[in-house]
Amino acid sequence: MNEVETQNKVKIHTKNLDLFYGDVHALKDVNLDIQSHNVTALIGPSGCGKSTYLKTLNRMNDTIDGVKITGDVFLDNENVYGKGVDVTILRKKVGMVFQSPNPFPMSIYDNITYGPRMHGVKKRIELDEIVEKSLKGAAIWDEVKDRMKKSALSLSGGQQQRLCIARALATQPDVLLMDEPTSALDPISTTKIEELIAELKKNYSIVIVTHNMQQAARISDDTAFFLLGELIENHKTETIFSSPQDKRTEDYITGRFG
Amino acid sequence: MEQMGLTTGRNKSKSTVERIMNIIFLICGLAAVICVICMTVYMIISGWPAIQKIGVFEFLFGQVWDPENSEFGIAPMILSSIIATFSAILVALPLGILVAVFLSKLIPGRLSSILRTLIDLLAGIPSVVYGLLGAILIVPLIFELQTSLGLPTSGCLLSAIIILIIMILPTIISVSETAIRAVPQQYEDASLALGSTKLQSIFRATVPAAKSGIVAGMVLGVGRAIGEAMAVIMVAGNAAIMPEFLKPARLLTASIPIEWAYSSGLHREALYGIGLVLFIFIMVINIVLNMVLKKAVN
Amino acid sequence: MSDKLSNDVAITDRKKRPFEKLFYSVIYLLSGCVLALVIYFIAIILIRGLPALSLSFLTSAPNPIQQTIGIFPSIVNTLYIIFFTLLCCIPIGVGGAIYLNEYAKNKRLVSAIEFATETLSGVPSILYGVFGYVVFCLLFGFKVSLIAGILTLTIMVLPIMIRTTQEALKSVPVSYREGALGMGATKWYMVRTILLPSSLKGILTGIILSIGRMVSESAALLLTAGGSAMYMPKGSLWDQLSSSGSTLSVELYRYAYSRGDNETAFGIAAVLILIVILLNLLTRFIAGRLNTQ
Repeated sequence: MNEVETQNKVKIHTKNLDLFYGDVHALKDVNLDIQSHNVTALIGPSGCGKSTYLKTLNRMNDTIDGVKITGDVFLDNENVYGKGVDVTILRKKVGMVFQSPNPFPMSIYDNITYGPRMHGVKKRIELDEIVEKSLKGAAIWDEVKDRMKKSALSLSGGQQQRLCIARALATQPDVLLMDEPTSALDPISTTKIEELIAELKKNYSIVIVTHNMQQAARISDDTAFFLLGELIENHKTETIFSSPQDKRTEDYITGRFG
Repeated sequence: MEQMGLTTGRNKSKSTVERIMNIIFLICGLAAVICVICMTVYMIISGWPAIQKIGVFEFLFGQVWDPENSEFGIAPMILSSIIATFSAILVALPLGILVAVFLSKLIPGRLSSILRTLIDLLAGIPSVVYGLLGAILIVPLIFELQTSLGLPTSGCLLSAIIILIIMILPTIISVSETAIRAVPQQYEDASLALGSTKLQSIFRATVPAAKSGIVAGMVLGVGRAIGEAMAVIMVAGNAAIMPEFLKPARLLTASIPIEWAYSSGLHREALYGIGLVLFIFIMVINIVLNMVLKKAVN
Repeated sequence: MSDKLSNDVAITDRKKRPFEKLFYSVIYLLSGCVLALVIYFIAIILIRGLPALSLSFLTSAPNPIQQTIGIFPSIVNTLYIIFFTLLCCIPIGVGGAIYLNEYAKNKRLVSAIEFATETLSGVPSILYGVFGYVVFCLLFGFKVSLIAGILTLTIMVLPIMIRTTQEALKSVPVSYREGALGMGATKWYMVRTILLPSSLKGILTGIILSIGRMVSESAALLLTAGGSAMYMPKGSLWDQLSSSGSTLSVELYRYAYSRGDNETAFGIAAVLILIVILLNLLTRFIAGRLNTQ
């Protein structure tokens, strides 16, 4: 695919999105486009709504009681909050990696095949192929290939997180959502995951929430800054970090609050 | 203040108290061990003579229990106990897990906490009350079934199994529910994010993660089912014949309380013998279940 | 690779899941049945049992001449058994737990004690009956009596006391212990002033669970404490304790099974249920107090 073409394609289009937790107005009129095959970083202080926004993209907020959402999120021109949406298909297309590594308490192999099996893949050969491809994709194949039957919980924290990335890749999504994926990890594991993200954006559109601005600057193409449920501004990452347009963005980036 | 060396009298008396308390606590700690040893010894001392007189083989595999004619075979009771316990667990375990899932995952917290209170209440009810309920509510239903099949009406193995199921269900539900509730939400979330439905997430991610707790509940259930005497006596009909679901049955635990009052001599000793067999049964089951299942879980 | 994972499918292209719907209905149906049964059971005991309760039922002994029935003797027996069993098992259970948690250094000994408590809690009550009869009634010469029953039940509830106390002790932060020992307190002083007060609620919970077990017990007591509750309590405490007597649960069994008097049996069942409800409320109350502090 042509570099210019992929850069310009909008993968996710968010329009007038509001979200309420009971009486709390957690997202206020968010309008944001996420480009295909890019890394988009969502930054902002704790409680600013960046994680909440991330979870609207695969409707993981649906599982929380008392959440009300208005507005639209389009994934490839299909409305995620439209009528008759099957969230299982949506979540198959939009994979997610969580803040702390959360592999299932089962073997490495079973962790990876969990998603594909759920979507009806049964043949052993196909599953083996998916496992190898996903683990290679998450740069952990060499470390675990000889202990597929071992419990995933026996891995180190960094390995567990890469396993979780592999598990998300196994359902072959288009989009990968990452909710502060390195916040629970040591610096070396963090570097590995950051390198991995740079590799993954060739094949996936990635949206990553991070509270670490250096990380956002290092790995993302676009950056969106959230504050108190509002999207303050979004731009190319260089632009945001070199010449932020909003005073509040500047204050946050220069560390005056947050 | 008076100068004190590290070995002055006051410290000596302190350390004497300390030593005495240490010994007292040690004795308390050893009490349980002593009880188990005594129990093992006395179960053997009192149970073995009868088994020896009757003959190990005749006792364990004999099919006739007729104390008046000095026939002491307990095979029917052993079989009945095994079948009853096995069937009860076979029904109660899956049913208990389903109800535990229902309570912890599918209904609002308020309602589930009320229902849990009721289940806990039922788990604490004396077994004789279950026996009474069984005799009043279940046995008549079984009578109708027996009549419609042309069988004589009586308490039977099936009634005993139903009572055991009802008795162990609250325990299994309560323990499984606690275990499922203790599983971190993150497993379910991870599963949902991979595109599973809620039900798939519960049964393929959450329930497997709770299996050590569920197994503990099952062990409790097995123990309670195989050891229960009074409730079963009240519904089972208690004839020591080979087990059939709709015929009277006597479980291993039942002979002791039933015949205790009027037994003497070899008959009484045979009852002690049954006690010994039951004791060995329980020990083996506890040890094996604990070892095998704990291993399987890890 | 598998086309099952292709993304060329609209998110509105709902998957049909007939099995899932069926499974939901099965869960709701079965759970509904089980819960209905639970409510039905509790209701039927209360409905059939409460009418039998009257002041004379609760406060008199059975009178064969006037053909009235009273359960006062078995209430008294139950209370005796609860009180004296607790008197025996609280010190031993709490002491044992303190030893396990605070004093024991020998790992083998600890695992032996833990194995023993686990074993004791798995032994069915009918075997406690046989053991108690052989040891306390015959060997110790107490005959079939409340004392024999009390001693048997002491062993039976010992694991409950040890386990709950141990859990309570474990939840006391290590810093408390270090604080006390660091100030030069002896271990026993530390246990007395720091550990026991802070684990009091756990111990109380253990006591209530033990009472629940004693109230429910029938098989072990039938063999060791035996028989009847026909007469109003009389004589010295020792006389009463060294004679036989049945508790409420044993009495229920005798009325229902030996005499076929279900009406009285349901009356006793209602009393038992009320006691169990009371005990449950008590544990909740204690747990609630624990949370607020």
